[in-house]
Amino acid sequence: MPRKKIKLEHSVEYLSILDEKGKPDKDLDPKIDKDTLLRMHRTMLLSRRFDEYQLRWQKQGRIGTFAPAKGQEASQIGSIAAVEDDDWMVPSFRETSVALWRGTPMSGLLLFNAGYNEGGEIPEGQNDLPISIPVASQITEAVGIAYAMKMQKKDRLVVSYFGDGATSEGDFHEALNFSQVFNTPNIFICQNNQWAISVPREQQTESRTLAQKALAYGMPGIQVDGNDPLAVYTATREAAERARKGDGPTLIECVTYRLSVHTTADDPGKYRDEEEEEKWEERDPIPRFQQYLKDRRILRKKDIDALEKEIDDEVKSAWDEVEEQIESLDDPLVMFDHLFEERPAYLEEQRQTMKQYREDNDG
Amino acid sequence: MAELTMVQAINLALEQEMEKDDSVHVLGEDVGVDGGVFRVTDGLLKKFGEDRVMDTPLAESAIVGMSVGMAIAGLKPVCELQFSGFSYFAFHQLEGQAARMRWRTRGRYNVPMVCRIPYGGGVRALEHHSESREAYYAHTPGLKMVIPSGPRNARALLVSAMRDPDPVIFFEGKAIYRAFREEVPDEEETIPLGESQIAREGGDLTMITYGAMTHRTLEAAEKLAEEDGIEAEVIDLLSISPLDDEKLSESVRKTGRVVIVHEAHRSFGPGAEIIARINEKSFYYLEAPIQRVTGYDVITPYFAREQDYIPDVARIITGARQAMAD
Repeated sequence: MPRKKIKLEHSVEYLSILDEKGKPDKDLDPKIDKDTLLRMHRTMLLSRRFDEYQLRWQKQGRIGTFAPAKGQEASQIGSIAAVEDDDWMVPSFRETSVALWRGTPMSGLLLFNAGYNEGGEIPEGQNDLPISIPVASQITEAVGIAYAMKMQKKDRLVVSYFGDGATSEGDFHEALNFSQVFNTPNIFICQNNQWAISVPREQQTESRTLAQKALAYGMPGIQVDGNDPLAVYTATREAAERARKGDGPTLIECVTYRLSVHTTADDPGKYRDEEEEEKWEERDPIPRFQQYLKDRRILRKKDIDALEKEIDDEVKSAWDEVEEQIESLDDPLVMFDHLFEERPAYLEEQRQTMKQYREDNDG
Repeated sequence: MAELTMVQAINLALEQEMEKDDSVHVLGEDVGVDGGVFRVTDGLLKKFGEDRVMDTPLAESAIVGMSVGMAIAGLKPVCELQFSGFSYFAFHQLEGQAARMRWRTRGRYNVPMVCRIPYGGGVRALEHHSESREAYYAHTPGLKMVIPSGPRNARALLVSAMRDPDPVIFFEGKAIYRAFREEVPDEEETIPLGESQIAREGGDLTMITYGAMTHRTLEAAEKLAEEDGIEAEVIDLLSISPLDDEKLSESVRKTGRVVIVHEAHRSFGPGAEIIARINEKSFYYLEAPIQRVTGYDVITPYFAREQDYIPDVARIITGARQAMAD
């Protein structure tokens, strides 16, 4: 038997529509309607300012550890804006912009970050899973949900999020393989933000792109400029069309950058230099998108100023709301809720013990 | 002698052992350049280079599985899993491989590795960052389960763990990483695995605990002495598996009364096994039912309510008084 080559005709496409100065490639511009563009811009800006306030509040001890989305707003909004409101969304743990787009109230996110389980409640009618902190831990769930949609003949797909580090986890491979094998309507958004805490993208894997990992499963993979909301939108839209037609999943690698800390417990000064951060600051997705909107006369400078003021008030009043709410949440007995549909006797006994103990000790 | 935090003491154990034994390797997520998310491995990369201090890709199962392979083939890996809540990705490798290799190969291979895992609550952390699930590992045949309670014993236990011919799960309490300092001698110290320590002597009541809970238990013991005139003996287990049956029996036979304190969930937790051992070996010496002061059987709540979950001094005292009742 001779040796012979098995030809693999694969390649990964790279898509970018807005250049670094916010000028679009006219042929590729997805021509998103004005209202959607404005909503995308507003949510990106809101997410950014919300992060900034939260960083301050974290330092003051009002909230605990959290993972800012700063720098990744275009990857998140470009993708989520390209699917329908009743599609499913499965986050990892940094998808603040996505959560805001989906309608999760800021007060809920704040309450969660202040350490209250009540903050994790998902508004009725919103098909979102809660955040999951262990890396790559719920990509498989995204596949399961998509399979259920397919079985129930519902025209809904699942968009799920994870980072560059997640592509090293076994669960990432297992999920993508299952998705292709069962031909499920999934869109996998990999936000390659260049850093998995201290480990840079090039040390995470020797693969030239993360998008190409899809090819091993027979799945299309595309790499896009993740700081360009139009490119992310276009790629996600195409993936959504394929998924809805029954043509299966897509992996989209959004090349972006974590402009802030991994979480507030992290110090990037330990592992990366400021020059690199500055280089990426220049590619900040927000001013770029604003330039595009200004050039298209959809947004004027004075609109941005007014919006900034509006957002500032909105974020501050969300905190006021949460502060008030926290005062009414002093009952720790809620830790016994929602473990099972019916609380077993041994657990009720423990709950009563805690209750009695608190009464005896003026808890 | 230097006054060290537990973070520094563990770092010292790693550094000295790596100097003495060039088969010792450290691997895990962010353990190199970043020095670990808790800085436990800080400075090791600079001193020993990237072959021996390995910043791995993000994959807990591979970190443990690779460590098992390294250990089979003559190296002594000390791997770090960033938080105990992430260790379940690697559970198969610990249960199905690390724990079984000696048994399965009839002793042809052994797995001299240490898996270091920060555990426990009290640091206002996120979900999956506050659990105390040592029972999973203590329940697994073939694994040793060690939990130090402070800088000095952490250093001594880690040295023993690194020299142990079998896999050791080494839990480090986040709440006591930097909570206090202790004098840690520069010269080598070891504590045999499976040996507990008497943290406070007393003849009226035996209080059994370990890890971060040792400090709250000691505080409770002092209050019991002041307020009730009860002199409690506090046993700091150090090793959850193997358990120090001998020292437990000795103390129980002396006091006849026992309270067990742990942060782990109550049902099927370490306390249940300790009670069973005491029943088996010293039942007729008991003067009252053994009490447990533990975490509840709920997912560790988010941090705003974690202190209601973790046993505090007042709850421990309540449990102790119940054990003292006739």
